[in-house]
Amino acid sequence: MDGILNALILLSNFVIVPAMAYGSQLALGALAVTLIYAILRFSDFAQGDTMAFGAMATILLTWALQYWGVSIAPLPTALLALPFGVLCTIALCLLIDRWVYRFYRRVKAKPEVLMIVSVGVMFVYNSVVRLIIGPGDRWFVDGERFIITAPTFKRLSGFSEGVAFKTTQGLTILMAIIVVAALFWFLNRTRTGKSMRAYSDNEDLALLSGIDPERVVRTTWFIAATLATIAGVMYGLDKSFKPFTYFNLLLPIFAAAIVGGLGNPLGAIVGGFTIAFSEVALTYAYRKFVGYLAPGDWTPEGLVQLLSTDYKFAVSFVILVLVLLLRPTGIFGRRSS
Amino acid sequence: MSPVSGWRENLRAVYMFAFMFVALAVVGVFQSWSLALAILNLCLISAVMSLGVNIQWGYAGLFNIGIMGFAALGGVTAVLVSIAPVPAAWEAGGFGVIVALAISLATILAAVFVARRAPAGIPRKVLLAFIIIGGFFLARAFFFPAVEAIEAVDPTIAGFLGGLGLPILLSWVAGGLLAAAVAWVIGKIALGLRTDYLAIATLGISEIIIAVLKNEDWLARGVKNVSGLPRPVPYEVDLQQTLWFQDWAARLGVSPVEISSIFVKLCYAGLFAIVLLVVLWLSERALHSPWGRMMRAIRDNEIAASAMGKDITGRHLQVFVLGSAVVGVAGAMLTTLDGQFTPASYQPLRFTFIIWVMVIVGGSGNNWGAVLGGFVIWFFWIEAEPIGLWLMDLLTSGLAQDSPIRRHLMESAAHMRLMIMGVILLLVLRFSPRGLIPER
Repeated sequence: MDGILNALILLSNFVIVPAMAYGSQLALGALAVTLIYAILRFSDFAQGDTMAFGAMATILLTWALQYWGVSIAPLPTALLALPFGVLCTIALCLLIDRWVYRFYRRVKAKPEVLMIVSVGVMFVYNSVVRLIIGPGDRWFVDGERFIITAPTFKRLSGFSEGVAFKTTQGLTILMAIIVVAALFWFLNRTRTGKSMRAYSDNEDLALLSGIDPERVVRTTWFIAATLATIAGVMYGLDKSFKPFTYFNLLLPIFAAAIVGGLGNPLGAIVGGFTIAFSEVALTYAYRKFVGYLAPGDWTPEGLVQLLSTDYKFAVSFVILVLVLLLRPTGIFGRRSS
Repeated sequence: MSPVSGWRENLRAVYMFAFMFVALAVVGVFQSWSLALAILNLCLISAVMSLGVNIQWGYAGLFNIGIMGFAALGGVTAVLVSIAPVPAAWEAGGFGVIVALAISLATILAAVFVARRAPAGIPRKVLLAFIIIGGFFLARAFFFPAVEAIEAVDPTIAGFLGGLGLPILLSWVAGGLLAAAVAWVIGKIALGLRTDYLAIATLGISEIIIAVLKNEDWLARGVKNVSGLPRPVPYEVDLQQTLWFQDWAARLGVSPVEISSIFVKLCYAGLFAIVLLVVLWLSERALHSPWGRMMRAIRDNEIAASAMGKDITGRHLQVFVLGSAVVGVAGAMLTTLDGQFTPASYQPLRFTFIIWVMVIVGGSGNNWGAVLGGFVIWFFWIEAEPIGLWLMDLLTSGLAQDSPIRRHLMESAAHMRLMIMGVILLLVLRFSPRGLIPER
């Protein structure tokens, strides 16, 4: 019995908790992608770099706050700087929409053209981030590191395995719950949210009923920028901030959005956790886990790892391919595309 | 379009190409001829690559953002074709690797067969899962011991299976074929769905190809790189020692060392130019054939073309495979020029998005435009760094020499070129969406 419990604790520590945090970050990113897709009707490849920009703005203020000695310990200072980062990103997105995307909406450009435009925007964001903060790794986490450390857990529970729960992981999950709840309340209960959904469902009908499309678009960027910044900051707190890794998040984020059905907010969340859990679970080495479950003192010789961590991209990709093959509109997508 | 304006447009294109060669000559005179030729060689390769992308985007409107992966496939083919085999490694694990690959292939074929032929229902799902999971573990059982054995063979210089030991020029064809094969698989999965899906699928496959090349040391040494690939052109040192070359250099009045490097670069330029001209000629022929007209008809109105009985997904697959093959050829050429294969050097910005800028700026749908775009953008990609530095120097000239802001900006001037590329792309898309040489 102890063996099974220890095995479960081990699994929570190395798979469930990290995957929950990672899944929350992916879900927020995928929500932003899916909202932009639903309203503006294109896949925004600048998403990863929007997250990087938001994280960067937050980091800069965090450093300033740390320098001035402002602190909200035990919470990380970055939380205090987060609203500032969100505002910067919203301003940037609205500006870029006005200067770049609005023109293509007017001429009713094809979605492929908008995708290429978003690639151009990605270049610009990317270079802005690198110009300001540089391409290297940046750390900005402070405050209490753990909600509960592995030794404390062991002491309290008496098991030989412990669960370490990092503050950043806890905060990420909590933040994701709050943001998602707020978003769904907004989409389902408020007038603006309803007008957004109406616009997404049927543009012409929405226009006929007097919905201002520019207002809907502005609201979308407002929400997408907020989601992207929160996701970016949480990812940066949890791992570390490096511009290139944010570009690499594009694949899992898009995979998450597509798995759930592009344009479907609920799908984006489910997709985010599906990708995160598969990625972590498939690249985890189960050697000790099997050892606990097996009778006696036997442990397997190899690592019992299904896939080396170098191939974690492959997990998102394989899931993506499976969805494209089996159910191209995604789990929650409408039947027709 | 009247013949006169067509003639005028041709003249405009000629002017632009002439201007490009003048710019290269300016680099030759003011910087060095060796640098000018180095830029020219990469311009030629970029032009082939952007022709490949133009075939996909310009002819058919397919959005492929995995160009990096197809270029890398061409690159690894150069290694696999040209490097001599490592007999000890083959003896140690060649059999195991081949068996593992055969099992994987058999698993995929069996899975596809069951998925297509067996009646739908729970038993089919169980059988499918059984085949895939069983095949996966069976292949691993052969694969890992074999890989370990291979990587243990002389790890400092070998540790991989080596290649076929054939002339490297063959890899240019083989690289195209390999890229085409991978493109076929991706196209089969992602084409016929929404256009976004192809984009994401190609982005994913390119990341995976790079991850495989970085980590599978038994194949091409991974991040340990393979260097010293055989060359299709003579070596500088050999040239310097031949009599006729010394004689020739003496008659021109320059040192043999200097002229030998230029001579080698010219040889490469000749080879690349031949490939470029062949691909360009074929592309032009294809574009102006009934097939090309059909492709453009599909691009411009899929529904109408479909109503006329055209097989849209099939044609898209065809054009996707062809374009990727051209990119694969260019990738093999690039590795040949470098003389080494370094998987870590494949960056999406450099290998995917710059090529896109080339096609858009040059004029999507026009082959000459794609070629010109390859030249212009590569030229500016190289020269943007000195320009960026100069600009930063100018902008910060009011600040003290050792001011931290100035130092930071000067250090990050290299990132300016991303900004320049992004802004060029956005400006062209907005104000001149048909590019430098528009489609006709």
